[in-house]
Amino acid sequence: MADPLLCVTGLYKNYLENVPVLKDVSFNIESGEYVAIMGHSGSGKSTLMNILGCLDTATAGHYYLEGRDTAALSSDELALLRNRLIGFVFQGFNLLPRSSILDNIALPLLYSGKSKVERREKATVMLTRVGLAQFGDRRPNQLSGGQQQRVAIARALVTDPKLILADEPTGNLDTQTGDEIMKIFQDLNEDQNITIILVTHEDDIAAHAKRLIRVVDGQIASDQAS
Amino acid sequence: MIIGALLGEGWAAMRANRMRTLLTMLGMVFGVGSVIMMLAIGQGAQLMVNESIASMGSNLFIVLSGSTSAGGLRQGSGTVPTLTLDDAQAIGELTEIASVAPNLPNNAQLIYASNNWSTQVLGTTPAFFDVREWPVVSGEAFKDSDVRSATRVLLMGQTVVRNLFGDENPVGKMVRVKNSPFLVLGILAAKGQSLDGRDQDDTVFVPITTAQRQLFGNQFPGMVRSIMVKAKSAEVMAKAEQGMTELLKIRHRIHIGQENDFSVRNLAAVAQAAASTTEAMSTMLGAIASVSLLVGGIGIMNIMLVSVTERIREIGIRMAIGARTRDILLQFLFEAVMISLAGSFIGAVLGVACAYFFSQYNDTLVVVTLSSVFLSFGVAAAVGVFFGFYPARKAANLKPIEALRYQ
Repeated sequence: MADPLLCVTGLYKNYLENVPVLKDVSFNIESGEYVAIMGHSGSGKSTLMNILGCLDTATAGHYYLEGRDTAALSSDELALLRNRLIGFVFQGFNLLPRSSILDNIALPLLYSGKSKVERREKATVMLTRVGLAQFGDRRPNQLSGGQQQRVAIARALVTDPKLILADEPTGNLDTQTGDEIMKIFQDLNEDQNITIILVTHEDDIAAHAKRLIRVVDGQIASDQAS
Repeated sequence: MIIGALLGEGWAAMRANRMRTLLTMLGMVFGVGSVIMMLAIGQGAQLMVNESIASMGSNLFIVLSGSTSAGGLRQGSGTVPTLTLDDAQAIGELTEIASVAPNLPNNAQLIYASNNWSTQVLGTTPAFFDVREWPVVSGEAFKDSDVRSATRVLLMGQTVVRNLFGDENPVGKMVRVKNSPFLVLGILAAKGQSLDGRDQDDTVFVPITTAQRQLFGNQFPGMVRSIMVKAKSAEVMAKAEQGMTELLKIRHRIHIGQENDFSVRNLAAVAQAAASTTEAMSTMLGAIASVSLLVGGIGIMNIMLVSVTERIREIGIRMAIGARTRDILLQFLFEAVMISLAGSFIGAVLGVACAYFFSQYNDTLVVVTLSSVFLSFGVAAAVGVFFGFYPARKAANLKPIEALRYQ
């Protein structure tokens, strides 16, 4: 049997010596799943998300991504994984304020060593797909929140990742715009079979996912299909 | 390929902060500019000294007559007429000596048509022009026969020609010196300034006997002010000096323990001292200027550190989407080096321009050598790498999640 896309076993994370944030967390996520990780603020869900995104490392336990133990990888190998395998969508959008929309979307390709022409082409395709083709030359702060989040999604998708990690992607948006963003995720999952992990504290956002993992006080309280 | 892209990222960051980039560059601009200008001034001074050393002639001695001392009051060299034409002749017979030229200088008014000019009149022998390596460019030099018969002929320096004749050709014309008519035999090549800044071309030359008997008659027949002596080579300079001193001691009947009534100066040694002085000066100028390069480099480091702190979040975003440690390091390093190189370029242009204007305004010789431009450029680039490395490494060693969470 092939390895699951993600495999977390007995994961612990402590801050400041002995403040446990995650305690013995274990689960698998198969390719093509749409999973919501839910929990109140301080429950440890964001920490879990950072570890899943290879931005942070666990104190103990193992996290296998495509069967590889991330604890054994160097920081450059982790950077490569983030670049090729994972796309991030953050609550605060995290776009580079001084770069144009198109350059923002093209940036991950720069780090995969693609040529300038290729970067431009790919970024333009992605920009068109999120419906913002006419805004390529603008700066992020000249766009609305919903538009910025769509730019962030375009940036996450530009390297054709297998996994999208979305951390409260609708947290800074109004309900209607939030729904539009959620629709994009749903399409990505259903049409392109991209695995999506959504971190949120809102029930109606989590309801979009097909599987729900609840985190309470750093432990998994429930893990079920929704 | 990714190198080019990272250069582009550095360039974009420079452009995004134009004012700050310009201010940072200023340090390098002034650093490089002042190094280039100081080196140019120093090298110009050195060249000027070397030129006047060369204009003096090589392997030269000058023998000066002694000083009087009356009741403890001691006069300067040449106040006692102790050297004579016979001394000069005797020195010329020493084996180490190539040629000898006795000198008797004085001042006189020259008149030609409606022009007149006061200048130095130097009585000497034809050997003088060989000793000083000073050729006649027009007409001809006077001969030993002129010296023997004290004829009224003279040779003119370029400055005198200009002041007395303007564009006219003086060769074959008559001028009046102290109201006696003299025939202009020839014109000497331009010689330029002497080591102490005197215009060597502002002189006319007459046979020494003419100066002694017809122009500046005095009570000591055959007396000369000084004798210029040229040794056969640089190697025999010491031996020649010793030989001359011994000879003059005997001829002047100087007893053991008695002070010499003459002095022998080695002009090569004087020239050497002058040359090493200017060399020390230009080294010092360069050293002072390079301190400003260092200060400029520290300025870059300062700004880059601020820039890194300001952009920690940006660094975090870049890391999240796949930037490796090396990518971040190179991006910030390139930015520092580009600022430094751009600043050096402006500084080099400014330095060369300033050196040029300085030479125009001050009428001083200023020499900008290609090597000084390349040197300061290279040093500036090295400064950029050196001082850019620490901030860049600080940026690259950030942890992705900490950088991303940084507020």
